[in-house]
Amino acid sequence: MLQERVPDLSRRLSEFVEPDRVRREVYTDPAIFELEMQRIHERVWIYCGHESQVPKTGDYYAVQIGRQPMVMVRGAHGKVNVLYNRCPHRGNLMVGDRYGSSGEFFRCSYHAWTFHHDGRLRSIPMMESGYAGTPYGKDHPDCSMKRAARVENYRGFVFASLSPEGPSLKDFLGEARVAFDDMCDRAPQGEVEVVPNCFRVIQKSNWKIFLENQLDALHPSVTHQSTGRAAHEVEKEIEKKTGHAPLSYHMLSAFATVTIDKWDNFQTLNYPHGHCILTGYMGLRPKDPDTLAYEKTLIDAYGQKRMEEILGVNIHHVLIYPGLSVQSPLQQLRAVRPLGVDRTLTEIWHFRLKGAPEAIYRRSLAYYNLVNSPATLVNADDLENFWKCHQGLSSEGGDWVSFARHFGRDIQNGERVETAANCGTSEAPMRNQMKAWARYMAAQ
Amino acid sequence: MELQQEVEQFLYRQSELLDTKQWQAWIDLFADDGVYWMPADPAHEHWDGVPSIFAEDKNLMAVRMKRVLHPDAWSQRPLWGTNHVVSNTIIESYDSSEVIVRSRFHMMELRRDDVRHFAGAYRHHLRKTAEGYRIKLQRVDMTNAQAAYDYVLQVWV
Repeated sequence: MLQERVPDLSRRLSEFVEPDRVRREVYTDPAIFELEMQRIHERVWIYCGHESQVPKTGDYYAVQIGRQPMVMVRGAHGKVNVLYNRCPHRGNLMVGDRYGSSGEFFRCSYHAWTFHHDGRLRSIPMMESGYAGTPYGKDHPDCSMKRAARVENYRGFVFASLSPEGPSLKDFLGEARVAFDDMCDRAPQGEVEVVPNCFRVIQKSNWKIFLENQLDALHPSVTHQSTGRAAHEVEKEIEKKTGHAPLSYHMLSAFATVTIDKWDNFQTLNYPHGHCILTGYMGLRPKDPDTLAYEKTLIDAYGQKRMEEILGVNIHHVLIYPGLSVQSPLQQLRAVRPLGVDRTLTEIWHFRLKGAPEAIYRRSLAYYNLVNSPATLVNADDLENFWKCHQGLSSEGGDWVSFARHFGRDIQNGERVETAANCGTSEAPMRNQMKAWARYMAAQ
Repeated sequence: MELQQEVEQFLYRQSELLDTKQWQAWIDLFADDGVYWMPADPAHEHWDGVPSIFAEDKNLMAVRMKRVLHPDAWSQRPLWGTNHVVSNTIIESYDSSEVIVRSRFHMMELRRDDVRHFAGAYRHHLRKTAEGYRIKLQRVDMTNAQAAYDYVLQVWV
């Protein structure tokens, strides 16, 4: 079925995506999903993990890129490699766990072929007698673990591309690099370290529905009003009793106190390749002793002027299309792994700012636990909406998904598309993502 | 044996309050400084300062309760119910003021047409008060905790 549909689909792609609306099959058709995996996820730069996940030689993490099981591993001289998680002999997965240590080399559990951490064959049992007279051996390419075509690291964040062609990671990220710069710059030592825990939550919906929600400024005060109001009530009670409620209550109550009309004050900046930045102050610079102590560590490291620049970066979310959502001021990220046309895994991590006081880490942790844990006070309602969206899009009750809000008012500024003043709830990010999607999908 | 029965009755009553959605009565079983903790990592020994699936004092419990009771908590609209079975109750230690008790639970959840199963171990740190036992710390080590969550957990397990 796929073979028949692919050429047909390519001719008809323009019929699926219009500037301000998209056909529903883009979310629900399994053949389109297969083609997305080939032409998007298995070509572009996909986030694998942070280098601090694999601190020692031989440490590995399994990661899915598109439909390909991969393994990120720390190799010789500290280099982080990304390989197909597959033995070239009979196809066995090389590692069966999500993470661990492979020791000094990989060893296949089936026939004990062994491999260096860069994928090169190390040994085969009785290799000389077993393969005498054949071309196979250490120098034969079919005897090594296949490597990802390209692997690059930006400030500790490791990406891989399964295509030898395409822009460099730096060019691909473009101005969306600020996601990692903002995160790392906030550390007095200029880098972050992963907290070794990954929350994994499955959404019963197409992967694009999640990405479109990330920078959707119209939804928070609707989807999350119950949490916002509940947190606001308790926040007020705590303030009455003790005079001061923890910052985490403010993070939650903002869903109620920032009313729907105020979200138009936000702005989105949209970039080629589908990336997008939602600007907006997250209330993270109160004048309490913890914040002031943290500012002092930044002044000591960078000076007053640079500290002001670093803490003045005004970011709410950065979306790196097609698989990463970053909240740099709180050092959180969510990696999106499509499992099927209607199933999507999110892998959720948070980071410590190296050199920052413990109290600042606790803010990041509070957000991680309250918003991003599998017992989330916030995302439960998102996931409910995503499922309902996917169900509705599977019906014949309509053919189109509308992204027309504030359409025609976007401002083109070089390569960047900005939403106009008081148009923060614009559906520009969705239009921009689908524009990138159509471009990727049209490329043979 | 009297202590064993007392503690078991307490655990049964607590799980019944969850299954009958009596959230406030469930919260009232905690001491004022009580904490409900579901570790993200079974190796963690203290709830404070580490990633957790739940790490809630009574204020955060109140947020969760008020949220699920709010008419616009969309995810609460569909048919949803749970059934807990608590067993294997072992008294780990006790003195005149406190009891530490371990038990095992199995929870079946129905949401729309989907059934999920969660199981694991409770460890209750109970304080004796004039009104009966109050929970100082309830640790919940769920066997499923390390697996990917198909959807999320809405309330305490």
